[in-house]
Amino acid sequence: MKYDIILAGVGGQGVLSIAAIIGMAAVDAGLRMKQSEVHGMSQRGGEVQSHLRIADRRIFSDLIPAGSADMLLSMEPLEALRYLPHLSPDGVIVAEQNPLVNIPNYPALEDVLVALRAYPQATLVDGQGIARALRATRSSNMVLLGAASAFLPLPAADFEAAISKIFGRKGGAVVAQNVEAFRQGRGLTTTAQAG
Amino acid sequence: MEKFVPLGNEALAQGALDAGMSGIYAYPGTPSTEIMEYVQRSKEAAARGIHRQWSANEKTALEAALGMSYAGKRAMVCMKHVGLNVAADPFMNAAITGANGGLIVTVADDPSMHSSQNEQDSRYYGRYAMVPILEPADQQEAYDLPKYAFELSEKHAIPVLVRLTTRLSHSRADIVRGEALPENALAIPANLRQFVLLPAVSRRNYAHLLEKQRDFEREAEQSFLTRYEDGPDKSLGIVACGIAYNYLMENYPDGCPHPVLKIGQYPVPTRLVAQLVEACESILVLEEGAPLVEEMLRGYPFDSGKVRGRLDGTLPRAGELNPNLVAKGLGRDVPEPGYTTPDILVGRPPQLCDGCPHGDTYRALNEALEAYSKGRVFSDIGCYTLGALPPYNAINSCVDMGASITMAKGATDAGLAPAVAVIGDSTFSHSGMTGLLDVVNANAPVKVVIVDNQTTAMTGGQDSPATGQIEQIAMGLGVPEEHVRVITPLPRQHEANVAVIREELGYEGVSVIIARRECIETAKRRRKSS
Repeated sequence: MKYDIILAGVGGQGVLSIAAIIGMAAVDAGLRMKQSEVHGMSQRGGEVQSHLRIADRRIFSDLIPAGSADMLLSMEPLEALRYLPHLSPDGVIVAEQNPLVNIPNYPALEDVLVALRAYPQATLVDGQGIARALRATRSSNMVLLGAASAFLPLPAADFEAAISKIFGRKGGAVVAQNVEAFRQGRGLTTTAQAG
Repeated sequence: MEKFVPLGNEALAQGALDAGMSGIYAYPGTPSTEIMEYVQRSKEAAARGIHRQWSANEKTALEAALGMSYAGKRAMVCMKHVGLNVAADPFMNAAITGANGGLIVTVADDPSMHSSQNEQDSRYYGRYAMVPILEPADQQEAYDLPKYAFELSEKHAIPVLVRLTTRLSHSRADIVRGEALPENALAIPANLRQFVLLPAVSRRNYAHLLEKQRDFEREAEQSFLTRYEDGPDKSLGIVACGIAYNYLMENYPDGCPHPVLKIGQYPVPTRLVAQLVEACESILVLEEGAPLVEEMLRGYPFDSGKVRGRLDGTLPRAGELNPNLVAKGLGRDVPEPGYTTPDILVGRPPQLCDGCPHGDTYRALNEALEAYSKGRVFSDIGCYTLGALPPYNAINSCVDMGASITMAKGATDAGLAPAVAVIGDSTFSHSGMTGLLDVVNANAPVKVVIVDNQTTAMTGGQDSPATGQIEQIAMGLGVPEEHVRVITPLPRQHEANVAVIREELGYEGVSVIIARRECIETAKRRRKSS
């Protein structure tokens, strides 16, 4: 088993927190993992990506070969488009549908969403809307993680355990909020798959 | 045991702690910063009282580490690749003094220049100084390395250079920890002249260094980081240095059919290279960074054409490697990506944060400079370098730490006056103070704008060495008190700030304008933690 994920977003959106949770869930399940991160200048509001690889055997490269990622998980719709060449033709896209507009030439949002919907296995998620409804605006990345989790080779309980561990020192309320955001996100894709 | 999934940088740091390191010295710089940060967070390091404070720059850091080595203890100094330019003087000479306690000089290179102004390959420095160089390929090797490196350093009384690259520094993997060693006791060198580089001593030490080269090469050949892996298909032999080995093996998950020489320690183990060259019809050299080994193998002017790599176009001459580039270099079929990016995609360059004080400083500076011809603002290394981009378009240079002040002086010497230098507080304390002394001594019409956000922001908010002392430093260096001005870069202060900058632009001597407001990121973090 091997599963390669490109995580994408804009500096400050919590891309690395999602990577940390998936990575922890994988390692706790006895899998191997490698995860490359972007530090430095790009974190100042620029494009940020992380290559996350999990497998049941030794992983060599820290980078995912182009054209072979199983999933593209993006906190931002335009950023999802940026990493399409990394995705395998069978790969899935899970992306936040609400944009982060911090550049003057951001394309028309509708064009971005249309471009994303054109891919056979793309799921657009209103993570920010769901998080707002939960009064947990900072948990939109957990909604995304939940939506992505249905495709990942680990059970939901493993992710929830990792969320509890990572948010544990912030208290039970924060854990509960993030777990709920995760569950609502997961509901989106498990229903879709069942249907 | 608790699962340990560190960044390459963190693996090296924990490995050094477990290898009995007594002190770590560094100045922050991407991609090296997390080595020191890990030790600063470590409870174990705190309990042991390990030295773990940031230094003012890489040169002072390396010298202090050398001093700890002199005293018999194990020390590590860490920096980014261009930091070794700053520390080149002590580095080259530490090869002549040699070490007493184990001394590791860790340098993280940044091929593809993700967060740097060049992609220089530190292995050249190691070769130049003729010290052993270690280059781990993965996080486990990075963890295991310090014990071995400190022993090597003490066995041969020589500093050891450890070379990392961005992808290893900033990638996590699960690794296994080993037993921890105790720290060394205090022990001054047996020969109290070892570190006195008077010509007579230097010549003796240098002769000794030359003699040891053969030993260093034998160590490289037997190193746990070097391996000759035979393969049946001798049409090609592959030299894979450091992390390039991973990209090679990614292409052959069930084992490489060709003989492979994995090199993780230098000087280049020539006996193993000869073995590979004799066995194989052609040679492909895979190395992250510059074609250092490839150049050696080509042996100009007797290049037989047998060696391929970055110099003949088999691999790109610049930039970091990846599995696909290596696949192409191996002549394997690389499937074209199924998807391409749509035409509507646009770039998203980094930018100053919303509410960043530098934005307010640049707006004021731009307005004050409207009366002058363009192209007179020299700047430096930090977040404020982003002032080169729209909407500010405010600066005209970014070269190396501290160069803003001295380049501005040179420009005024040439007649471009007044000239402005924009430099951060941390960069000023790193390498700006000596340049300011030059400006003062010439009373050059340089306007030094110190954008003082009271932190080293670009690398994540580390302590800034001169916090609270900038005015005293400027005046102490001889800038007249009335021309040391402090402004608060806030939108509501804009008019007042423009007026101050205008006034100083009109003054014909040296001025220092301190634009002081805390970085909004560190301010946010401070509020959250209090």
